[in-house]
Amino acid sequence: MPAKKKNEPTMTATETATSGNGKSNPDLDRELLRSMLLQRRFEERCAEAYALGKIGGFCHLYIGQEGVSTGTLSILRPDDYVITTYRDHGQALARGISPRAVMAELFGRADGVVRGKGGSMHLFDRNVNFLGGHGIVGAHVPLGTGVGFAIKYRGGDQVCICYMGESVVNTGAFHEALNMAGLWKLPVVYVIENNRYGMGTALERASAIHDIYERGASYNMPRAQCDGQDVFAVRAATQEAVDRARRDQIPTLLEVRTYRFMGHSMSDAVSGTYRTKAELDEYMKRDPIVLLRVHMQENGELTDEELQRIDAEIKATVQDAWDFADKSPEPPLEALYEDVYVDTTSDSTAQPVAAD
Amino acid sequence: MAVITYRDALNQALREEMQRDDRVFLMGEEVGVYQGAYKVSKGLLQEFGEMRIVDTPITELGFAGVGVGAAMVGLRPVVEFMTWNFAVLALDQVLNSAAKMLYMSGGQYNVPIVFRGPNGAALQLSAQHSQAFESWLAHIPGLKVVTPGTPYDAKGLLKSSIRDDNPVCFLEGEMLYNIKGEVPDEEYLIPIGVADLKREGDHCSIITNGKMALVAMQAADQLAKDGIRIDVVDLRTVRPMDYEAIRASVQKTNRAVVLEEGWELAGIGAQVVDFVQRECFDYLDAPVLRVHQADVPMPYAKNLERAAKPDAAKTIAAVKKVMYAEEGARG
Ligand SMILES: Cc1ncc(C[n+]2csc(CCOP(=O)(O)OP(=O)(O)O)c2C)c(N)n1
Repeated sequence: MPAKKKNEPTMTATETATSGNGKSNPDLDRELLRSMLLQRRFEERCAEAYALGKIGGFCHLYIGQEGVSTGTLSILRPDDYVITTYRDHGQALARGISPRAVMAELFGRADGVVRGKGGSMHLFDRNVNFLGGHGIVGAHVPLGTGVGFAIKYRGGDQVCICYMGESVVNTGAFHEALNMAGLWKLPVVYVIENNRYGMGTALERASAIHDIYERGASYNMPRAQCDGQDVFAVRAATQEAVDRARRDQIPTLLEVRTYRFMGHSMSDAVSGTYRTKAELDEYMKRDPIVLLRVHMQENGELTDEELQRIDAEIKATVQDAWDFADKSPEPPLEALYEDVYVDTTSDSTAQPVAAD
Repeated sequence: MAVITYRDALNQALREEMQRDDRVFLMGEEVGVYQGAYKVSKGLLQEFGEMRIVDTPITELGFAGVGVGAAMVGLRPVVEFMTWNFAVLALDQVLNSAAKMLYMSGGQYNVPIVFRGPNGAALQLSAQHSQAFESWLAHIPGLKVVTPGTPYDAKGLLKSSIRDDNPVCFLEGEMLYNIKGEVPDEEYLIPIGVADLKREGDHCSIITNGKMALVAMQAADQLAKDGIRIDVVDLRTVRPMDYEAIRASVQKTNRAVVLEEGWELAGIGAQVVDFVQRECFDYLDAPVLRVHQADVPMPYAKNLERAAKPDAAKTIAAVKKVMYAEEGARG
């Protein structure tokens, strides 16, 4: 069946309230810009490193979706939790994981954020409560629900953001996990990054309903939809959902409409069998970084010189990450057998390893 | 004879069986418009249309079950898993529905279905994407488990699997799609459950299956340079297992190494060794050794991955050990 419906974001109440102009906050805006630009420049170099064979395996770039990671994570507190899919570079950087450690991981080196064991799809960093990139579509959604359960169990006021692509809403794990979150009122914000395609399958060819935030109704869950290319709209929608989770322990299903500018992974063409170049070009006009930049320039918050300076700094940071990764040694061979089991013969049994 | 890729051999098998029997259809993620994640179904949507080449959402459990239901009432589905790693989500339908249907319905309902897709590690795909599942599936009565290692075997065995009236798990080697081999122009079938002697020798047997057949051949080539002649038994099917082929080879060579892609514990090799010690004990001149993946989830880093995977060098070392051909090993 042919794809009919365009992914035009519908304006929601939250969005019109804060998106675009109004009160401008130059410091915040600059921070958001830096965050998105770091992800973009970092991943441009990832593509290069992949072509050179420095990065192996599957590598799914996030380019085009930076408004989602930056918008949502700029709302979270450091003690909140994040869990996500294999398309995890952008969120990892936006959460504050060191670009050096991420690049070293992608290069499969000992100084990588998981010491070379995981690669692109499995970035984890306990220091910032980043519970991983996960490779099986939908399988991490129950884990996100479990994190919400643990927060409530311990009486905390943290929130868990659980990211996923739009195709996840069709999986059984999604349905089961959201039903429990709705039933038990858990503090989880399920962020669906609706970039229109699950690999080569358009949303309309995979899902019986197309405004997928509506699925929240099945789980008695508040739901919203926002424009992922507008970082302010993402912030506003996230703020509402996070407040609700923190204050009232109520989950939210947030559909963020976005687009990926690259192929599904490095082995997939940017456009071709399943989407046209014209469609891609159309969406690229709504680059989240460009939209923020224009907004800042129009508000007199950013000069060309400053933009160039920021970009140069970020490029230097990424170059530094590359150099660091390049110099980092391969993991020692003994590491092969490390971390299969926790050593329960030591004192670790006295204190649960997983206590936060 | 034409020389074609493993991928094209599978494509031919699908096309021929779909032309021959209109109850056969293919279903799975990206099999149609995208032409197959690994391009096995290339061109089939154009030839057979969307009722017979069915793109599904990412719902392994759901579409595997849809296949089982359709098979119970007379269709002959081929269900493609993008890789067997994702089929883990569908295993409930494979094990609890497909495998047991005939038995628990007292012979009333059989399930003529093929579950197929890439199996085993590729390159640097890390823990969740690098698993060989044949021992898992072989454990389940009611299933047949087929692991072809060459284009010729792939085509002949897929055609037989589609014609089989039982559920068949058909495991393709994720690294094999581009390998080439001779495939006859005329139609042929390879029976399920019959091993293939891929190379004849009389010093030691390597018993293997699937992607590892290629590795066994590489090891045998190397060993030949040292004058060691290897009998390579490619099981091709791990359930049912061709025990007679194993017996014949071990009785000839008196020594054996079992090479498999998966983990050691409860692996295919354990089954082979059990058979050999029971049935061929009097013929053995050395303990049977096993080569397999390191007992860890697959790591991403290149050097660690290399260390974890079974390969020709590890196989050669094992053969030399059972030949007592290593330095100082004879004493
Ligand atoms: C259970 C499962 N089935 C299939 C795959 C293969 N696969 C990886 S990503 C993907 C598409 C997912 O699309 P979506 O969830 O929309 O996220 P996006 O890639 O667009 O970010 C598929 C089919 C998988 N990893 N896991």
